[in-house]
Amino acid sequence: MSEFLQQLVNGITVGSIYALIALGYTMVYGILMFINFAHGEIYMAGAFIGWYLMTQLGLPFLIATPLTVIAVALLGVVIEKIAYRPLRHASRLGPLITAIGVSIFLQNLAAAIFGTDPRPFPLPSFLERNIYEVGGVILDSLQIWIFFLSILIMIGLDLYVNHTRMGKAMRATKINKQVAPLMGINLDTVISLVFAIGSGIAALGGIMVGLYYNSVSPTMGFMPGLVAFTAAVLGGIGNIRGAMIGGMLIGILENLGAGYISSGFKQGIAFFVLIALLLFRQEGIMGKVEREKV
Amino acid sequence: MPPILQGEKVSKNFDGVQALVEVDLTIEAGEIFGLIGPNGAGKTTFFNVVTGMDVASSGRITLGSQEITKRKPYAITKLGVARTFQNIRLFHQMTVLQNAMIGQHCRSECGLVRSTFRTPGQRREEGVIREKALKALDFVGLAGLADHRADSLPYGEQRRLEIARALATEPTLLLLDEPAAGMNPQETRRLMALIDRIRASGLTIFLIEHDMKVVMGICDRIMVLNFGQKIAEGSPGQIQKDPRVIEAYLGVED
Amino acid sequence: MEAYLAHMLIIIGIYAVITMGQNIILGYTGLFGIAQAAFYGIGAYTSAILALKLGLPFWVGLPAGALAAGLFGWLLGLATMRLGGDYFCIATLGFVVIVQQVLLNWEALTRGAFGLPDIPRPSLWGFSFDTRLSYCLLVWVLVAVLGLLMRNVADSRLGRAFMAIRDNETAALGMGINTFLVKVIAVSLGAVYAGVGGVLYAHYTTYIDPSSFSVMETIIVLCMAVLGGMGSISGSILGAAALIFAPELLRLVGVTGSLSIYRQLLYGIILVAAILTRPRGIMGMAEFRFQALFKGGPWIREI
Repeated sequence: MSEFLQQLVNGITVGSIYALIALGYTMVYGILMFINFAHGEIYMAGAFIGWYLMTQLGLPFLIATPLTVIAVALLGVVIEKIAYRPLRHASRLGPLITAIGVSIFLQNLAAAIFGTDPRPFPLPSFLERNIYEVGGVILDSLQIWIFFLSILIMIGLDLYVNHTRMGKAMRATKINKQVAPLMGINLDTVISLVFAIGSGIAALGGIMVGLYYNSVSPTMGFMPGLVAFTAAVLGGIGNIRGAMIGGMLIGILENLGAGYISSGFKQGIAFFVLIALLLFRQEGIMGKVEREKV
Repeated sequence: MPPILQGEKVSKNFDGVQALVEVDLTIEAGEIFGLIGPNGAGKTTFFNVVTGMDVASSGRITLGSQEITKRKPYAITKLGVARTFQNIRLFHQMTVLQNAMIGQHCRSECGLVRSTFRTPGQRREEGVIREKALKALDFVGLAGLADHRADSLPYGEQRRLEIARALATEPTLLLLDEPAAGMNPQETRRLMALIDRIRASGLTIFLIEHDMKVVMGICDRIMVLNFGQKIAEGSPGQIQKDPRVIEAYLGVED
Repeated sequence: MEAYLAHMLIIIGIYAVITMGQNIILGYTGLFGIAQAAFYGIGAYTSAILALKLGLPFWVGLPAGALAAGLFGWLLGLATMRLGGDYFCIATLGFVVIVQQVLLNWEALTRGAFGLPDIPRPSLWGFSFDTRLSYCLLVWVLVAVLGLLMRNVADSRLGRAFMAIRDNETAALGMGINTFLVKVIAVSLGAVYAGVGGVLYAHYTTYIDPSSFSVMETIIVLCMAVLGGMGSISGSILGAAALIFAPELLRLVGVTGSLSIYRQLLYGIILVAAILTRPRGIMGMAEFRFQALFKGGPWIREI
């Protein structure tokens, strides 16, 4: 039983991070009906920029982290402006191709600048991993931090989207992109904001991963990006609460699978979940089936 | 001769929204039959159900003596039903001639192997396809523009191309979805003449239209839908005077 | 110098064929399927295994590899065609990952990461294609033949059906086209082309291993198709040529360091830049008119 709880705890930790990354995918898809293939690299950029600020510029964690979030949020906005916005009215294919291009570009840019070897990630002293044992389950303080910070962010985002003017503007744009401008909503601003928020949150996810696994590398974006994307689809792509649930679920599934079946299972589980979803229930847990007008 | 199209208690609902409610319909061969009603009444949905693009939730649709209720769209086209679309759906990057030649897809059969290796049989068939497509273009007056890209045509000609493409499928029943939309009076008159010629060549026409001059001018009979239900049916004269129709379009007098 | 040029031309020719396949799927039919690397790998391994384990000659391996790839294309098409555009793309990428994993792990058949060495060069009636020049000729004869066949398809009932689906699938359905079937045929046909490329690759390099059939490879092919012009046969050749020569130019200019990183950086930039500035690629949907060489007239044929 304690084995089960142990895996559960680990799963919830990792799941929280997946949820944060998944939010970026789901928010962008919700508004633009577009899968941002480059989002995994954005998360990686967060990890690297944070690493750079802390190890190369010696900035303390509490300064480096907000700076990273802002920088990556800007990165997301810039990418949207350059690579996606000009294609907004063209065919569906264009942005998908440029997204792949941006993803390759960012990955290799990081490799060119930082080299391909993984680097250790600095751990600030107040986050030192104190180990606790609760009822046979081992957990450390970092896990607690990650979990609570993620929950805080998710609650904050949920409140923002449902109770603020801008948040309502986002939901209105999601529902009807053509009508929204008629109601005084500036499409460009809303979309930029969505990218900024999604990217900034993903950056935090990147830093958390750096702290948790003590490693960052230019290729770290691909797998978590895929897993987070699966989480978003699992929860119902376009649905913010769904992304949170999906992230947690996948994190838990991964760890339970690794614990009870095999550790190689970890890599494959997200993949299998994705295939299963695509084959049987594309709209995920909380999504709705979309219909095209003839 | 059996009626060319029959609908018995055709219903369609989408996730709880009743788009069509037990609609009965009979269209005789050689008629020009009009379908009118306020926006959202279910007219295009009815077309979609007849052509198989949406599946009826209940009821039966019969073409001649064959039931077509659950058949796939391409099978229904092969049986002789062709349509145009409310929002023009041309193959925009292909030429005018190629668009018309697509119409002949269901009347020809060369597949992967014969096409790849250009067998003599395939070349012959291509010749036939081309000829019939040109004839369809000629019928609507577009033969001179055969090699132009479809999206380079002005609006009125694009609508005519859609009709030519549908005619190229050699249908017995032609469904026109708002063919006069966006046309000026002169183009509208030409359209009405074209529809008359199509009927004269032996086809039956089922027409959705908002332009009342067209509807009253060329239709033999008209059916009126509102909120998915049939509220009236009859000759243009009868429909024009029917209080239920007037109410549906204009609302009740206070 | 000659050997270098011949080598370049061989690689370009191989990629040109694979890119033609990509163009059938994406350029003609509008399907965002990017599994060419998987089909190319299937073709390569099929022919290599037939040659190494059963001693079958290249001339059997070639159709076998092509058909094996086509078969998998058919199956992938059937399995994924119900998915909408974005998900279909992901599914095809997933297929590349799966195939690569299978090639890596089914060691009994493929020797896994150790790869298959000593794949024989083709020979015909005693003549062996073991010089670069002769192999180059072989490759380009196949490029010409496959290009011609692709042209035949484009101008046929099937080709028009492909393009109708690309331009307006709903209307295609309304015009009597069995869109599901035609789409699956498109993927299968595109896979056949990739399979041929794979066979040519295997018998040229005489050694293959799973690392060549990766997601990055499939994206390179996509890049070539986009750059050259989606839907153009000549564009496939031009796109392949451009993307094979470009990194070589970088090298000549003295860019050192890990070439593959800079090469990949370049591909990323090309993808974005091409779509933003000239989404139709170099050729768009036009074709180079070879007849112009003999009979005069315009060099480019539109549509």
